[in-house]
Amino acid sequence: MAVTSRRALVTLPSDEQILITREFDAPRHLVFKAYTTPELVRRWFHANRGEMTLCEIDLRVGGTWRYVMTVRGEGEVAFHGEYREIVPDERLVSTEVYEGAPDAAALDTVTFTETDGRTTLSILVQHANKQNRDVHINSGMEDGLQDAMRLLESVVGSL
Amino acid sequence: MARAATTTDAFNAVAEPRRREILDILSGGERAVNDLVRLLGTSQPQVSKHLRVLREVGVVDVRQDGRQRLYQLNGPALKPIHDWVAGYERLWSDRFDELDVVLEDLQGKEQGDGGDE
Repeated sequence: MAVTSRRALVTLPSDEQILITREFDAPRHLVFKAYTTPELVRRWFHANRGEMTLCEIDLRVGGTWRYVMTVRGEGEVAFHGEYREIVPDERLVSTEVYEGAPDAAALDTVTFTETDGRTTLSILVQHANKQNRDVHINSGMEDGLQDAMRLLESVVGSL
Repeated sequence: MARAATTTDAFNAVAEPRRREILDILSGGERAVNDLVRLLGTSQPQVSKHLRVLREVGVVDVRQDGRQRLYQLNGPALKPIHDWVAGYERLWSDRFDELDVVLEDLQGKEQGDGGDE
């Protein structure tokens, strides 16, 4: 379907997965660059919920990444992982561990697809089981709760 | 967050991409099965199967209108799902809004450099 909304679309393709997709007005080599360059990731990953205090990316297979953020009203949250597959401008596979729940490692497959100069970014998060997947989604809830509720009201109100 | 069994069913029901598409279409108003078949470009048995699942978990209602059966969204049944995923979706939406700004900068720089990175 032709969805023109600029909101990220989050779907749950299976019990263990989360799929995040969004289209960008830029060629994919730039989206890939913004996704994998520490100085650039620092500028967007914070989502206006705080500041990124650390962003390390060792972009090679077997290399690791670590993001640390100070979230307003919540303190520090940290994520890390290891790159498993890298196809420049195309595809990135890495593990992802939320350090608040270190046993629930996920495998993230990020794809960059360009059509007519626009790029669709998709992030498929594969968890080992449904419980870990659910914890992962809930971890996004706390700080954005007020915004989420406002959004929810408008979404449900339009149904 | 613990979820009741029926809610889990609703979650599973909307996890399927085709069923998400049906819900997207129905969010624009009620539709007959034939409309859905046409808009989705799939077969009637497929659409009927998905509609049955959606009705079973209560996120879609049906009413008879003459010879047609019209399907509509049941908003309140969808609320727990929106509740649950909305915060996460909002987080990524905000992230990507910031990423838009970064990409605009990068594109400006690329053009400034005559196409070189």
